[in-house]
Amino acid sequence: MSDMSSTMTPDGGPGEKLLFHEARDVHTANGTLLGFWVYLMSDCLIFACLFAAYGVLGREYAGGPTGAEVLELPTVALNTTLLLLSSITYGFAVLEMQRDRKNPMLAWLVVTGLLGAGFLTVELREFAHLIAEGNGPQRSAFLTSFFSLVGTHGLHVTCGILWLIVLMVQVMRKGLIHANKRRLLCLSMFWHFLDVVWVGVFSFVYLMGVLP
Amino acid sequence: MPDLTKLLFGRLTLESLPFHEPILVGTFAVVALGGIALLGVITYYRLWGYLWREWFTSIDHKKIGIMYMILGFVMLLRGFSDAIMMRAQQAIAFGDNMGYLPPEHYDQIFTAHGVIMIFFVAMPMVTGLMNFVMPLQIGARDVAFPFLNNFSFWMTVAGALLVMASLFIGEFARTGWLAYPPLSDIVSSPDAGVDYYIWALQIAGVGTLLSGINLLVTIVKMRAPGMTIMKMPVFTWTALCTNVLIVAAFPVLTAVLAMLALDRYVGTNFFTTASGGNAMMYINFIWIWGHPEVYILVLPAFGIYSEVTATFCRKPLFGYASMVYATVVITVLSYLVWLHHFFTMGSGASVNSFFGITTMIISIPTGAKIFNWLFTMYRGRVEFEIPMMWTVAFMVTFVIGGMTGVLLAVPPADFSLHNSLFLVAHFHNVIIGGVLFGLFAGINYWFPKAFGFRLDRFWGKCSFWLWVIGFYFAFMPLYVMGLMGVTRRLNHFDDPSLRIWTLLAAFGAFLILLGIACTIMQFYVSFRRRVELRDVTGDPWHGRTLEWSTSSPPPPYNFAFTPRIHDHDAWWMMKKYRYERPLDGFLPIHMPHNTGTGFVLGALSFVFGFAMIWYMWLLAALSFLAILVVGITHTFNYEREYYLSADEVRRVEQSRTELLASHV
Repeated sequence: MSDMSSTMTPDGGPGEKLLFHEARDVHTANGTLLGFWVYLMSDCLIFACLFAAYGVLGREYAGGPTGAEVLELPTVALNTTLLLLSSITYGFAVLEMQRDRKNPMLAWLVVTGLLGAGFLTVELREFAHLIAEGNGPQRSAFLTSFFSLVGTHGLHVTCGILWLIVLMVQVMRKGLIHANKRRLLCLSMFWHFLDVVWVGVFSFVYLMGVLP
Repeated sequence: MPDLTKLLFGRLTLESLPFHEPILVGTFAVVALGGIALLGVITYYRLWGYLWREWFTSIDHKKIGIMYMILGFVMLLRGFSDAIMMRAQQAIAFGDNMGYLPPEHYDQIFTAHGVIMIFFVAMPMVTGLMNFVMPLQIGARDVAFPFLNNFSFWMTVAGALLVMASLFIGEFARTGWLAYPPLSDIVSSPDAGVDYYIWALQIAGVGTLLSGINLLVTIVKMRAPGMTIMKMPVFTWTALCTNVLIVAAFPVLTAVLAMLALDRYVGTNFFTTASGGNAMMYINFIWIWGHPEVYILVLPAFGIYSEVTATFCRKPLFGYASMVYATVVITVLSYLVWLHHFFTMGSGASVNSFFGITTMIISIPTGAKIFNWLFTMYRGRVEFEIPMMWTVAFMVTFVIGGMTGVLLAVPPADFSLHNSLFLVAHFHNVIIGGVLFGLFAGINYWFPKAFGFRLDRFWGKCSFWLWVIGFYFAFMPLYVMGLMGVTRRLNHFDDPSLRIWTLLAAFGAFLILLGIACTIMQFYVSFRRRVELRDVTGDPWHGRTLEWSTSSPPPPYNFAFTPRIHDHDAWWMMKKYRYERPLDGFLPIHMPHNTGTGFVLGALSFVFGFAMIWYMWLLAALSFLAILVVGITHTFNYEREYYLSADEVRRVEQSRTELLASHV
C-alpha cells in the first residue's frame, strides 16, 4: 500500500484497515448511451400519448371520412418497406464503422438517408392528397389524431435525416474518432427506435384503421 | 403597410400594453426601477464580466444549483405577491364592496400564482438542491452532462421570463393553473394568455426533462467506488426517484400541451366538443403528469428531512431500507392515482373506488417515513438548529395535510369537497408543509457548504416562526370555509358571515409576508456577519454524508481524490476511522470548459416563444432557425475538456490544509 495515511482503523486502534480514497485516477463510465436510451424512452412516452389520443379519438369521424375510406394500404406498404430497409442499411453502416472503414460507412449512411427521404416523400404526398380532398387534420377528431401521430413520427424522421447529414460532415472532417462513433451509435438507436414506433403506427393506425 | 406590421409584430399592438390598469403600471414602475438599479449596481461594480465568466457560462453543477435557487427565490417573491393580492381581495370583497381586483385580473392572478409556485419556485429549488448536493453526496466531480445542465437552467429561465413578460405585455391565462379546455381553447380564450402559459411551460419543460435525464444518469453511472445502490444517502435515493418521475411524467405534459397548442394554432380537434374531440382526455393527460409532479416535488424534500434528522439527532437514520422502499413504492404508486383529481367526471363507482383505494394506499409508505423520522429522533441527541426546526414543523403540518388528503380520497366525500376551499387548504398544507418547509430546511442546512458561512440563527428563527404560524392562520380558515361549501377561485362573496375567515386568512398571509422579509434579512445579515459565521472545517453540523468531507465552498473539482465508500454515512465512518486528508500525490483532473451556448440557446428560445405567442411568424421562423444553427454549431466543438494540473490541485488543497491548521 503506497498511501499509508489513507488506511485507517476505528478510533486509531487495531482492527480492520480500510481505504477511504482512490489514489489513482478513477474513470467514471461514459453515460451518453444510457442517457440517450433514457431520452428515447421519454420520447416513447410522447408517442404513447399520441397513440392513446388515437385510441380515444380514432373512431370519432364527426360525419367525415372513416379510416377505411382514406387510408391506402399499398402506399403504406411502400412506405413501411422503405423505412424498414433504412434500418437494415443503418445496421450495415454500423458494421462498417466497427471495422473502421470510413467511406463504405458513409456510403451506407447515404443510402439510409435516401431511404428515409423516400419514406418522407411518400408520407407527405399522402398528407397533401388528404388535405387537398378537404380531409385535413381540422376535419374530425379521427383525422386530428391520425395526422398528429403519423406527423410526429415524420417530424422525427426529418430530424433524424438532418442529424445524419450533420454527422456525415463531422465524420468526413474528423474521421471515425471515438466521439463520432458514440454519436453514430446514438443516431443508430434513434433510427431503430423510429422503426419500432412505425411498426406500431403501421399496425395500430393503418392495418386496424382500414377495418370497417 | 398593415401587412408589414402584421408580419413583424403579429397581433401585438400598443393596446396589448396595460396602460389602463393602474396596479400593473405601478408594478411595472417598481420592477423597472428595481431592474435599472440592479443593472446599475452590476455595471458600477464592473461585475458583468465576472457574472458571465464565473456564473452564466459555468457548467459547474454547484454554481448551476445556486443559480436555480436564486431563480426560485426571485420567483417566490412574484408568486407570493399574487397570493397576498388574492388574500387582500377576498378579505374586503363582501356584499356591495367589489374589492380592488376585477374578475379578469383576479383570474390571471390565481392562474399565475399556481403556475409560478409549482413550475418556477418549487421545481427550480428542488432541481437546484439536487444539482448542488447530489454529485457531492455520491463523490462525483460533476454531473454526467455538464453542458446540458447549463442549457437546462437557461431554458427554465426563459420559461420564467415569459411568465414575467405576460405581466406587462398582454395578459396571462385566466384558466386556472392547469388550463382545462374548453375554457382554454381559442374560442373561450382568444387572447395571448393561454399561449404564454403553453410556451412558458414547453420551454421550461425541455430544461426540466433534460435535467432529469442528466441527474438520473449521474446517479446511475457516477457513484464513487463502493457506493452500491443500497449505500446511497437517502437524499440521493429520493433524487433518483424524482428524476425517474421527471423522465416518465414530463413527456406527457409536453404531449398534452402540444395538443392544446395544435387545437389553438391549427384548429385541430383534440379537445373540441363539436368535431368529435374529448376535453376529458386533456384532464386525464394533464393529471397523469400532474400527480407524479407533486411527488417530484415532495420526494427530494423527504430526502432533505432524512439527512437533517439523522445529522441533528446524531444517529444513523432509523430504517434506511424501509425508507428506500417507501420512496420507491411512492414512486410507482404516484402513477396509479391520477383519477382522484376528477372523481366527479363520472367514471362510475368501480373506477372511482380503484383510484380512491390506490390513493389511500400511498399514505402507508408515507406514514412509514414519518415513523422512521420519529424513531430516529427517539433517544437521539436532538439539536434544534434551524433545519431541524423546519423538520419538526413539517412532521406536524404534513400529517394534518396527509390526513385531509386521505379524507379527500374517499369518492363520496370528494363529491362534496371537490373544487372547494377545503381542497385548496389541503394542497397548500402538503406543498407548503411538505415541500417548502423542506426547501427551507435544505437551504439552512447546505448554505454553509455552498458559501462557507452559516446563516444567521436569530433571523432564521424569526422567519421560521412567522412562516409556520402564518401558514396555520392562512390555511386553517380555508378548511373551515371549504367544509361549509365555499368554492375556490371566487373574487367576491355575498355572505358577510364568512368574512371573519377570510380576514384570518389574510392575517396569516401577512405573517408569511413578514416571514419572507425575515428570510431576506437572514441572507443580508448573514452576509454582513460572514466572517463571524464562517465555517472553515467544511463540516459545520457534524454531518454524515460525503458532501461534508470536502471544503466549504467545495473546489471546482469537488474531491481531490475520488472517495471510496464502505457503508452508509460515508463521512461519519471516515471520521470514526480518523481519516486524514491526503496531502500529496495529486493527479491532474479532467474538467469541462465553460460555454455560453446554453445561455444563447435559452435567449433564442425566449425570443421564439414570445414570437409564437404573438403570431410574429417571421421572427418565430428566424429564431427557430437560429436555435438549430447554434445547436448544430455547438456539436462541431470537440475540444470541450481540459486538465486541471496536479500543481493547481496541490495549491488549492494546500491552502485548505493551512486554513484547517490555523483554526484547530
